[in-house]
Amino acid sequence: MARTGRGIAGVAAVAVVPLAFLVVFFAWPVAGILGLGFSSGGIATTLFESQTWRLAAFTVAQAAAATLVAVAAGLPVAYLLARVRLPGLGVVRTLVLVPFVLPTVVVGLAFRALWPDGGVFTIVLANAFFNVAVVARTVGGLWAQLDRRGEDAARSLGASRWRAFRTVTLPALTPALASAAAVVFLFCATSFGVVLILGGARWRTLETEIYLRTVNLLDLSGAAALSLVQLAAVVAALAAGALARRRRETALALRAQPTPARRPERGEWWVVAAAFAVLALLLTPIVGLVARSLSTPDGWSLDGYLALSGQGERGALNVTGWQAAANSVRAASDATVLAMVVGVLAAVVLVSLRRSPGRGPRVLGETMDAALMLPLGVSAVTVGFGYLVTLDALPGDLRTSPLLVPFAQALVIIPLIVRMVLPVLRSVDERLRQAATTLGAGPVRVWREIDLPLTIRSLIAAAAFGYVVALGEFGATSFLARPDAPTLPVAIASLVSRPGELNSQMAYAACALLMAVTAVVVALIERLRSAQSRVGEF
Amino acid sequence: MRFIRAASVLLAGALTAGCTLAGGGEDQAEGTPTVTLVTHDSWTVPQEVLDAFEQRSGIRLEVRKQGDAGELTNKLVLTKANPIGDVAYGVDSTFASRALSAGVFESYTSPEADRGPQRYAIDPRHRLSAVDVGDVCVNIDTRWFAERDLAEPETLADLTDPKYRDLLVVENPATSSPGLAFLLATVAEYGEQGWLDYWSRLERNGVKAVSGWTEAYTQEFSGSSGNGPRPIVVSYASSPAAEVDENGEPTTKALLETCYRQVEYAGVLAGTDQPDNAGKVVDFLLSQEFQSIVAENMYVYPTREGVELPSAWAEAAPLPEDPASLPGERVQSGRERWIEKWRALVEG
Repeated sequence: MARTGRGIAGVAAVAVVPLAFLVVFFAWPVAGILGLGFSSGGIATTLFESQTWRLAAFTVAQAAAATLVAVAAGLPVAYLLARVRLPGLGVVRTLVLVPFVLPTVVVGLAFRALWPDGGVFTIVLANAFFNVAVVARTVGGLWAQLDRRGEDAARSLGASRWRAFRTVTLPALTPALASAAAVVFLFCATSFGVVLILGGARWRTLETEIYLRTVNLLDLSGAAALSLVQLAAVVAALAAGALARRRRETALALRAQPTPARRPERGEWWVVAAAFAVLALLLTPIVGLVARSLSTPDGWSLDGYLALSGQGERGALNVTGWQAAANSVRAASDATVLAMVVGVLAAVVLVSLRRSPGRGPRVLGETMDAALMLPLGVSAVTVGFGYLVTLDALPGDLRTSPLLVPFAQALVIIPLIVRMVLPVLRSVDERLRQAATTLGAGPVRVWREIDLPLTIRSLIAAAAFGYVVALGEFGATSFLARPDAPTLPVAIASLVSRPGELNSQMAYAACALLMAVTAVVVALIERLRSAQSRVGEF
Repeated sequence: MRFIRAASVLLAGALTAGCTLAGGGEDQAEGTPTVTLVTHDSWTVPQEVLDAFEQRSGIRLEVRKQGDAGELTNKLVLTKANPIGDVAYGVDSTFASRALSAGVFESYTSPEADRGPQRYAIDPRHRLSAVDVGDVCVNIDTRWFAERDLAEPETLADLTDPKYRDLLVVENPATSSPGLAFLLATVAEYGEQGWLDYWSRLERNGVKAVSGWTEAYTQEFSGSSGNGPRPIVVSYASSPAAEVDENGEPTTKALLETCYRQVEYAGVLAGTDQPDNAGKVVDFLLSQEFQSIVAENMYVYPTREGVELPSAWAEAAPLPEDPASLPGERVQSGRERWIEKWRALVEG
């Protein structure tokens, strides 16, 4: 009894950090701005307009379609990364992450260039383009550590390759798959830049409409009503995801060593081919961007790249392209460290709550799990304006401080880290832990000796992913970064919003630089990951 | 071996992270007052100019960009009770009445104001000083018309001529500030009764609406680096200054009879605890030194008299002489309704 009491106290102590972070930097600001909307009245009018529900329907439909496309495209890539040994796969591992850092304005322009009047089709495709990485990395992470012998046993008992996948592998992957799908859905439902640019004057979503009402019209009550609808849609999606996860959750046979990858055999080549087809599609806009950075009306040229060492035509930037890259790397490091601390603590709490006996803690865990995801489902402009009307109550008036940049970026990364770490952490076999406890290990030691070695690879993968997202983050950074210290995405946005050949040349070169920085960082972290697996061998 | 390398990567990462978190605090020199200037995204001022101001006045300027003119105005209105800065620059004539009626600014008459800025005065209580003028005009790709031997359009009415079918691209007034200015230009020209008719004629003549300036100008317009398909675009009076060929000749031009005037203002924020220093920043924005860089760096025209424009501008981008404009209160009361009607017509 005393033991249980201490356990709960321990969980509560760990839970304080993520909860406090979430309350101060998310719940309170959002409540603040919604409260202003409510107090000005007229919410009901917007809520019952037919236009509101058309917007909601279109938002959900395009997000669902993009999620389907991203899952369908991401699964073969996840397989490729987790199970196949082919030369050059390290490059692929890095490549899939590149779309994630590209500024939406640039990807929007790239898709417009490929399909000038594509409408909904290009919106879905572009949203999926950004999110294939979420599926590939989240599912691939679990897949790599799934014991292959279960599948092999099914095969030797006569199951076809497809049947073995469907009855053995797929159920084991479902938690990760549901996690990834939920994240992708949230990203697509709240995607802003892509919808704005590709939707032209024709297609609007809840997100773009909330932005318009808040930023242009100062119609806070209308924006609050739409935010409520958005919140309802997001909560419904999260609930569906949680349901799918709960049905499937069991301890899996995980291995600290990744299951040895091998060369694909016969039928597996089809999956590999599908994965490469997806990669080729992902490359199309990227190659387009690089080609654009090299071409001028007078033929090929490196002018854009040379311009990176300057500040743009007519002083478009206050720093050089290289300095902006350094700013990006620094801001993203801060955000990743912060998000890893908060995210991993949150995941540990969620797992402990789930393992607790009794219904109460489990329900609490589910609620906290969903709450952690909400930052992805609430409009960035709502959070941003919320900061303005609430954070001045804190000491030091953080409202416009550049110190807020890592906090705002971390808010976006934390849900991703939780989603990537949680499935792996949850599937650690409870019996290993019990054995360790029986042998006299305290909770910290159990975590260090059992959970950590089994999940370290996922932790590193999550950090890499979080880092990449922080590198590409634009919305929060553009308000909070000082004008004399812009990050690359912010610099790119100011370059494309000015006339002049050299500026747009330089903007595309800066995109290429951003992709290169991403590739280098991811490659470094991957190195760390493989070094870790060596350590495990001792 | 690999582990050591991995550990050093981790260490390096931790160090980078550490120094930014620690370095964010800024080494604030003892006794130097810091004034926070809240401004819009277009703010681009060379560091030398800011340093010179700091040297001369002993005031450290902290700049915060807060979105476009509309977003900036709304943020100022929302934080009126406890302002996010001491002085603001970038609220334009379209949004000024919202800021003024909300009481965001306090009175301040700059000694520099009678050197030209007073021409654009908007408020009898002198709460706003005009810093720059940025007219929105229809731009055309002159080479495109020359190659096809087609007469160039000149007025808003010309754009509905079937000769120019499928040639115009505009920005959505709901999402773009030049788009809104162009909508206001049509309201100013055709009046409350006629503007919607004009737009249906444009619609029949194949106008294309996109959401922002970047798509319209850099992708759809044939006269920019993007080499798009359409030779007529809504942009700024100053845009042609950036599009010159290898001989320095402009390749695009602004149609000076289609322009709508947008004036950008600065003012001292009500509730600042250092109104005197904030006033000095307004003086700085109106000074010869600052006014002489706004054209080159921000593509707008100075309000101060006797400030020379860059040499290329005289030919490529003269200041429109007789642009349209609407009184602030009329914009304030009509804007939402006009945008709604526009959306219903063009978005269908």
